Amino acid sequence: MSLDNTDVEKIAHLARVDIEPKDTPEYLKNITSILDLVDQMQSVNTEGVDPLSHPLDAVQRLRADDVTESNQRELLQTVAPAVEEGLFLVPKVID
Amino acid sequence: MFSKTIAQLSQGLQNGDFSSREITQEYLNRIASVDGQFNSYISITADQAMAQAETADQMIASGKAAPMTGVPIAHKDIFCTKGVRTSAGSKMLDNFISPYNATIIEKFNAIGSVSLGKTNMDEFAMGSSNENSYYGPAINPWGENRVPGGSSGGSAVAVAAQLAAGATGTDTGGSIRQPCALTNLSGIKPTYGRVSRFGMIAFASSLDQAGPMTKTAEDAAMMLNVMAGFDPKDSTSAEKPTSDYTASLNQPLKGLKIGLPKEFFSEDLNPQIAAKIQAALKEYQALGAELKEISLPNTALSIPAYYIIAPAEASSNLSRFDGVKFGHRCENPQNIEDMYKRSRGEGFGHEVKRRILVGTYALSEGFYDAYYKKAQQIRRLIQQDYINALEEVDVIMGPTTPQPAFKIGEKTSDPIDMYMEDIYTLSLNLAGLPGMSIPCGQADDLPIGLQIIGNYFAEERLLNVAHMFQQATDWHKTTAPGL
Repeated sequence: MSLDNTDVEKIAHLARVDIEPKDTPEYLKNITSILDLVDQMQSVNTEGVDPLSHPLDAVQRLRADDVTESNQRELLQTVAPAVEEGLFLVPKVID
Repeated sequence: MFSKTIAQLSQGLQNGDFSSREITQEYLNRIASVDGQFNSYISITADQAMAQAETADQMIASGKAAPMTGVPIAHKDIFCTKGVRTSAGSKMLDNFISPYNATIIEKFNAIGSVSLGKTNMDEFAMGSSNENSYYGPAINPWGENRVPGGSSGGSAVAVAAQLAAGATGTDTGGSIRQPCALTNLSGIKPTYGRVSRFGMIAFASSLDQAGPMTKTAEDAAMMLNVMAGFDPKDSTSAEKPTSDYTASLNQPLKGLKIGLPKEFFSEDLNPQIAAKIQAALKEYQALGAELKEISLPNTALSIPAYYIIAPAEASSNLSRFDGVKFGHRCENPQNIEDMYKRSRGEGFGHEVKRRILVGTYALSEGFYDAYYKKAQQIRRLIQQDYINALEEVDVIMGPTTPQPAFKIGEKTSDPIDMYMEDIYTLSLNLAGLPGMSIPCGQADDLPIGLQIIGNYFAEERLLNVAHMFQQATDWHKTTAPGL
């Protein structure tokens, strides 16, 4: 199936990434060629093949429910764009 | 001094021929005077390096030294390093001073290795030329207009231009092996899960694996001895004991069965590279190995499968960069959505955005079965090819790349052209197998890499196979012109 500029804008919205309007046609061209490339897969018969999500088919490891970390809030917030009284500041989300 | 291997520097430090402070200072001086032309480092950590060298000298003096103690190396700027900017080659993290250490950084610190700085890389490890770095391309010392490969291009240049004795890299689709091939280095991508991913900024979590990039296979074994091992902080870390990777380097190769996948030797392969690979195989025969043609019939499908799986995982992993807790935040956001969109739009470069968009599309409602599930099924077929082949042979060999180092700007206009660079390396990451690249000659005065692939957790065997070749040949000793 072929995409158009509106599809690219929609995908960019889903990904929450701003794309400048002047760049949209270039993204469309690149994404279309990547999707054409991956379409080779559709000709392969994969009926009954188990999807492989982990190369060693490992399962999630569990650990004892013990406290292993100490509170490092001040340290971890040194890299935050905006904090106040230990809270991360963001634009208003509830009116 | 700068031509010395890690093994030689280690020996000299133990013998007291020089101190870690002396060699660290010499490396720092050389970086200050020549890295302007190579751009291999994003951050140089001179003060920390000298403090680490002092600690190392004390460890050596008190008999507490490990083989890597006091050896000056560099780390790809994808490994979180406490108190040091860790950028992943991105504007998004240009202001990120990591509050913690990656596990491999802790491991090198614990045995007193010296870190000279953090090396250049394609943004978030997405690229095969180092041209996608926010900090500009690293330059291949083998030709001033040539790329060093990627994504671990800065690490490759730092070692090849003798600005570090060795360096760490990461390999999601070839990002250790391909730059090693293009800069005449030895590098190993270990089995998935062999080296901890904790504190290594994630690109595609089911493919990412860290490993060393060095002048020789012996050096790679020495670095891997520090890096490998189970880590409870990484949920996909392999709970399997490690070997001493230097222990069987000198084991004779008589009777070694080498598989040659016919799909790796098609007419697309540069004839000069094909000839050098054949010459290397003859050398292996002289060392007692047997050659056998094999088939990995689904090799060509590794590119489409990879370019769904890697972007899909990347789009999910990179959703953490939202301008809230760390990283770039846009000026004066109007509302929360504006903050997300502009922070990410400004912070990410084009290739990263392309892959986020492809991954988002592949995972969006209604397309999951056609793209992600299909790619994972093909991933199983690719893995099965390798499992079948490795029942018949001990290792698999072929070229690392289809051509030598290309020119800066040569492939930037067409992402597909760049993706084809990884045709021989991607399938290994999909299967999770270990692989190496070692120097095996030159084409038009540019280095060529021989790829060696082994079974799961066969790193010790791979390093042995590589080391024996380096005992019989001198290709790995060739340095870039002008060094």
